[in-house]
Amino acid sequence: MLRKIALGAALLMAIAASPALAAGEAGHTEDVSFNFEGPFGTYDRHQLQRGLQVWTEVCSACHGMKFVPIRSLADEGGPQLPEDQVRAYAAQFDIFDPALDDTRARTPNDMFPSSSMPNAPDLSLMAKARAGFHGPYGTGLSQLFNGIGGPEHIHAILTGYTGETKDEAGNTFYENHAFSTGWIAMPPPLSDGQVEFADGSPNDLDHMAMDVAAFLMWAAEPHMMARKQAGFVAVIFLGVFSVLLYLTNKRLWAGVKGKKKHA
Amino acid sequence: MAGIPHDHYEPTTGAEKWLNRRLPIIGLLYDTLMIPTPKNLNWMWIWGIVLTFCLVLQIATGVVLAMHYTPHVSLAFASVEHIMRDVNGGFMLRYVHANGASLFFFAVYMHIFRGLYYGSYKTPREVTWIVGMLIYLLMMGTAFMGYVLPWGQMSFWGATVITGLFGAIPGIGEPIQTWLLGGPAVDNATLNRFFSLHYLLPFVIAALVAVHIWAFHTTGNNNPTGVEVRRTSKQEAEKDTVPFWPYYVIKDLFALALILAVFFAIVGFMPNYLGHPDNYIEANPLATPAHIVPEWYFLPFYAILRAFTGDVWIVQLVQFVTFGIVDAKFFGVLAMFGAIAVMALAPWLDTSSVRSGKYRPMFKWWFWLLAIDFVVLMWVGAQPAEGIYTWISLIAATYWFVYFLVILPLLGVIEKPLVQPATIEDDFKAHYGTPAE
Repeated sequence: MLRKIALGAALLMAIAASPALAAGEAGHTEDVSFNFEGPFGTYDRHQLQRGLQVWTEVCSACHGMKFVPIRSLADEGGPQLPEDQVRAYAAQFDIFDPALDDTRARTPNDMFPSSSMPNAPDLSLMAKARAGFHGPYGTGLSQLFNGIGGPEHIHAILTGYTGETKDEAGNTFYENHAFSTGWIAMPPPLSDGQVEFADGSPNDLDHMAMDVAAFLMWAAEPHMMARKQAGFVAVIFLGVFSVLLYLTNKRLWAGVKGKKKHA
Repeated sequence: MAGIPHDHYEPTTGAEKWLNRRLPIIGLLYDTLMIPTPKNLNWMWIWGIVLTFCLVLQIATGVVLAMHYTPHVSLAFASVEHIMRDVNGGFMLRYVHANGASLFFFAVYMHIFRGLYYGSYKTPREVTWIVGMLIYLLMMGTAFMGYVLPWGQMSFWGATVITGLFGAIPGIGEPIQTWLLGGPAVDNATLNRFFSLHYLLPFVIAALVAVHIWAFHTTGNNNPTGVEVRRTSKQEAEKDTVPFWPYYVIKDLFALALILAVFFAIVGFMPNYLGHPDNYIEANPLATPAHIVPEWYFLPFYAILRAFTGDVWIVQLVQFVTFGIVDAKFFGVLAMFGAIAVMALAPWLDTSSVRSGKYRPMFKWWFWLLAIDFVVLMWVGAQPAEGIYTWISLIAATYWFVYFLVILPLLGVIEKPLVQPATIEDDFKAHYGTPAE
């Protein structure tokens, strides 16, 4: 009885505790299905490469990724580009080197550039810095089942433009029903067919938004696959270990306890 | 020591005798590990080991994280990303440390409510209880300062709001706040001292844990019946107890392994579930987040802090009586610290002579209402302070005080307790029968 109540209390606590209060309800994020979701989910290397291409051709015009080292493009569990391609990729961005007192081409050991526009947020951690779901009724249960929803939110923003604009205090705002206030300062960045993929993958808006959202998830959490693997090792080990301990405990106490009268 | 009578360590070999004459450390370890423990402890008695493990886990992961972290306003956020991306296994270290804090608080709440239900705070265990409350306060301070270190938006604004509480103290509040922050606002000086204290306080906690254990090893453990172990003779005591090793070590390890399996599932598969997304945005003193929310384990007390607003009559009364010295803001601060203070005073507020809630028919209901109240406070603490939520938090916060200040003292007078078993042995036999010899 007590155990049941304690368990119930624990569950209630877990629910009440859930990371409440993501922002207001203004922005609505549609749940889309990504490859990397769930305990078994992995990044799709080709999708990350396509996402990198979208990021490079489109996003990087304004946004930066200053916490992501370019060399990590070659890492296992990421886009996994060959070393020479990573070097060539890095060289297209300049960096000011205080040692030379001059600009030089970046090397894989440098970071991705910072945002070139002051009000364009850095995208290194965007996929973790936004919650796509929060509800129902402030319980956060949807986060429990759907994840935090950062990449879904990025996809929703990119596909959420209605085409309406308004001018306010000399700035143009674009209506976007995924954005928290409903009006966003970023002009629609992506449109159908804007990026050509070498492998002929579909390049409509929806697919490209998925690709770049997946890429940004990788940028924010490059070791996700290693982390899940560590999770499995730990859970399986502890599962087996607790069975052994359970049996040991039962055996140990058998001498102290008599025959159980009731369960 | 007036503990439960049991066998003591006798040095046998020459080397042991040599050491024992100079430093009786083996005897100390032996007595600690072999302490007679009531044999009827249930699964709510496992949290102490879980908590000890948490402390060790947090110190071990924390020491390594500190090797790679930089406490500077312009480098802290990047150094955390460096840990997540470049340090070998750094992402696991950080996620284990961050979620470890949640496990720590989950366990401490279970542990505290176990104590409240079974009357573990009652004489002669008041000192154990008070030391436990001190540990809990230090845990909150440590966790709060730890949350500031990644220097995200919630770190910065959480620090601003919480240190602002001290500014609400009349007269001396602002100097205190400036002293805590090391300047007029949360800045590099704040980050540096928080890092220093975040590293120091866990060791103070460790010392207090030793005192906590020393205290209840002196009085003996409480148990689900609340009936004391018989201690007139060793033979009698042995009927009520088993030695901690191996019986409870193995039982607690089993529970710990099970809990850690769940813990590592969270770390491995949803490590950011309990965190706030805003903390992945670097701190920006110029942009206030839409909602500033503390970590889940602070929410119940955060709700109490916000519950007493200026339009509540008792707040207005106090403000009138004190000539405005205690305004609504200061009242809220007093309520928040008061909520913990009344809990710490439970040994003296509870007038019942019966220890365990099991034999207190009325107490039971009020206790479970308190447990629900705690969850409600946690939930409402995460909601915006408006509309119906202000009422819910006011009612829930009031009940917290009513339970300790009115119900606990009254119940001891009006309640008619049930019959308790004469001995722990009787209770144990009623459940499990007599062992087949």
